Amino acid sequence: MTLVENVLLGAAAAFVLTSLVALYRIVDGPTMPDRVIAVNVIGSNVVIVIALLAAAIGEPGALDIALVYALLNFLLSIAISKFTVERGGVL
Amino acid sequence: MTPRELAVLGLAAGGVFFALVAAVGLVRLPDLYTRAHSTSKSETLGAVLTLSAVALSFGTTMSTVKAVLLLVFMFITNPTAAHAITRAAAEQGIEPWTKEDDGQ
Repeated sequence: MTLVENVLLGAAAAFVLTSLVALYRIVDGPTMPDRVIAVNVIGSNVVIVIALLAAAIGEPGALDIALVYALLNFLLSIAISKFTVERGGVL
Repeated sequence: MTPRELAVLGLAAGGVFFALVAAVGLVRLPDLYTRAHSTSKSETLGAVLTLSAVALSFGTTMSTVKAVLLLVFMFITNPTAAHAITRAAAEQGIEPWTKEDDGQ
């Protein structure tokens, strides 16, 4: 294990910890958009963790997975916010 | 330690710091709009710093281009998604927090 790999793995662990903190907002969140924001944060954290692991274990193909995951994450937020209002003009 | 290793370390540390700031804001701030503000700004900066650390650690290959593409994509879409969610919340009639709500 080189130093760079250790740093990247440690950063991935820290991002997993912040996702666990955001889980509190999903459980507690008084309103529905609160939960959507927390889910969005966890989604971007997952994208970052996949990219960090791709760099740390030397598997560059995982970056494609991260790109597709980022697209799906954005689509989820837009779709939820578009279909929860009546006339759907959110952007 | 080479300069590249130092740069990767610094960028990753900065990214983790801003992600932690976003998590604290998400839990501690009083209402939906302030939470969206905290996550859309701090989380985006943390993501950009961490992904630039990833891009730097790949050296100069095709993977660096992919990591930079991912960085640019997240830089554009993360605030856009937060904007769409908060705008939908405003159209649903969720009121912003004011100081009187806190009983002061």
